[in-house]
Amino acid sequence: MAIYTMKEAKPAPTGNRGVIFWLRENLFPDVKNSLLTLACLYILYTIIPPLLNWMIFDATWTGTKEEIVNSGARWIFIVEKFDQFIYGFYPENLHWRPNLVAILSVAFFISLNVISNNKVKITIILLFPIVCYTLISGGWFGLEAVPTEKWGGLMLTVLVAAVGIIASFPIGIVLALGRQSDMPIVKTLCIGFIEFVRGVPLITILFMASVLLPLFFHDGIEFDKLLRALIGITLFQAAYIAEVVRGGLQAIPRGQYEASEALGLSYWQGMILVILPQALKISIPNLVGSFISLFKDTTLVLIIGLFDVLAMVTLTNSDTNWLGFEVEGYVFVTLIYWVCCFSMSQYSKSIERKFNTEH
Amino acid sequence: MKNKQLPTDGNGFLNNPHYRAILFQVVALAAVIFCGFYFANNMFDNIASRGISTGFSFLNNTAGFGISQTLIHYDDGTSTFLDVFIIGLLNTLLVSVLGIIFASIIGLLLGVARLSSNYLVSKLALVYIETFRNIPILLQILFWYNVVLAALPSPRQSLSYLDSVYLNNRGLLLPEPIFESGSLAILIAFVIAVLSVIFLVRWSRKRHDETGQDFPIVKVSLAILVIAPCLVYFVAGQPISAEYPELKGFNFKGGLTIIPELLALLFALSIYTATYIAEAVRAGIESVPKGQKEAAKSLGLKDYVILTKVVLPQALRVIIPPVINQFLNLTKNSSLATAIGYPELVTLFSGTTLNQVGQAIEIILMTMAVYLVISILISLLLNWVNAKMAIKGR
Repeated sequence: MAIYTMKEAKPAPTGNRGVIFWLRENLFPDVKNSLLTLACLYILYTIIPPLLNWMIFDATWTGTKEEIVNSGARWIFIVEKFDQFIYGFYPENLHWRPNLVAILSVAFFISLNVISNNKVKITIILLFPIVCYTLISGGWFGLEAVPTEKWGGLMLTVLVAAVGIIASFPIGIVLALGRQSDMPIVKTLCIGFIEFVRGVPLITILFMASVLLPLFFHDGIEFDKLLRALIGITLFQAAYIAEVVRGGLQAIPRGQYEASEALGLSYWQGMILVILPQALKISIPNLVGSFISLFKDTTLVLIIGLFDVLAMVTLTNSDTNWLGFEVEGYVFVTLIYWVCCFSMSQYSKSIERKFNTEH
Repeated sequence: MKNKQLPTDGNGFLNNPHYRAILFQVVALAAVIFCGFYFANNMFDNIASRGISTGFSFLNNTAGFGISQTLIHYDDGTSTFLDVFIIGLLNTLLVSVLGIIFASIIGLLLGVARLSSNYLVSKLALVYIETFRNIPILLQILFWYNVVLAALPSPRQSLSYLDSVYLNNRGLLLPEPIFESGSLAILIAFVIAVLSVIFLVRWSRKRHDETGQDFPIVKVSLAILVIAPCLVYFVAGQPISAEYPELKGFNFKGGLTIIPELLALLFALSIYTATYIAEAVRAGIESVPKGQKEAAKSLGLKDYVILTKVVLPQALRVIIPPVINQFLNLTKNSSLATAIGYPELVTLFSGTTLNQVGQAIEIILMTMAVYLVISILISLLLNWVNAKMAIKGR
């Protein structure tokens, strides 16, 4: 009886594998594509080496302003002004307070995932903003008060974005529910608000908040500039959140609404326990998208005179000792925004992929 | 067993969902009306106590400040705030229309490049899209204005192209076309050419439907559109000439100047919006099932017929709505010009005029109304397009 041994599979023909094959297939399949590839390589050649040289190899990283000899980026400017970019005019001896808030936020998000007791969770969620506000603004528990005019830099940007996201969320959900409701007056009011806000640019809303809002209240009621900007941004973002949530609500099958009614749940019980958890889950990618645009839109507060991280570029360059460093400032701020927005968009794409069960 | 939470009487006023809905709505409406009344009341008090006048009569007052770019005649001494409003509106529309054109071109190219089978082309387009859509538009505007355009040389050391186009820190200077008598004939010739092309397209489509014969419509239409106005141009004795910018002293005289603010705004808006348009184009073309292309190919259709008759009609249905939305976004983003002082609606009206007149309510409402009207017009357009493109039959 013959004994058969397993034979190794033959390797693929040399013409169909390896780097050369890949290059031929993807970069040089025909004359037209080869020309395109060469053009792209030329573009890369003209952009990448000078950029790398400027940003890294010829850059000045340490030393003082007088010692700059290299032709590249002068990052010492960023190093010198780093505190201003991050904290604005926040008093230097109090920087530990925003730092502590940053650490607390990380702890907050971890604890939300770890703790399963709902009552504890809600307590934490309610307490967290109060603790953060107290820490940053001071004035209580022997903490030195810091007026909002001194808040600035990345701290202010993150604060505006965070408040905008958190405060607009419940308003947006209520607006979305109102838009979907059967009550004609409530529906009209919600549609009117949403479409009005979505039809005008954010900058006009900010102007309205900063110029008109004080006119709407008695002379005794004072809003500071930051609060006015926050109100404007929150109302603006709420309209966009409402539209995103409405998309989620419309995607929930009719049967879910009927089932929750058949169980005898009231409107709010049905919404909170049955509909919204599903609707919010499927709208997460779009919600993240809307948060990204809010984060980018926070730059607009500089137009109404707040000093966010972008405004810091101009401000740090008005220091007579450090004139003419705009390029480094803008590149640094660009990197901050890009890293934040890009990672958020990748996160939203990964969620979208997780939900996408199509083939 | 008694449960206090259950209603004992199901017919009570508050337990009837119909009445309850009415009650809720009345409460909501009352709350809104009360807030509105409270705000309006305070507002009138505040306006009275601060001595601000009301009404729109300020529009007839002379403005008395200079504007760096005006599309219609404007005079510091005699022009009114209404003129300022119109100039701002026109400048907003100018930058929006130009931005929409450039963004569409860049976005279309990028979207197609993104789908290219060439690895390098597709990845380069991806890098472009991911880079520019994740940087705030205001940051891009400021970067172009404060860094790139500010680094341009002074008028004396202008970068020049063929001694007719100059680029310096005062802007981009182009030859200005001067229309003499007879240029109207060229316009008429062009209009006639367009009309005849429309007629030709209809005729060729009809003939194709009836007989199946193809007509080289693209080549012929292009030829008509180019040759007819050119012919009239020479027949009428070349009535259009150009005035070239010339360096006189420290600055240029004559020619068409595109101010740096407009350049920065155009660069930033079109580069930023192009990334969104590119993504819409890519999503649209990818949304056409592969089977459609394969079916068309197996029917023996030529490549360009597959593209124009099979792929594009289905892809456009997905592409056009988000792209129109991006056009609206671009128009709204053009209001950020106020950060670099380009004289558009928000800068001129909500900025300078508001500072001079102080009538915040009227001015901000007028500004918002303009944007609302634009966005309503664009959504009407969108509805019309959607209705026209909806899949018919079945």
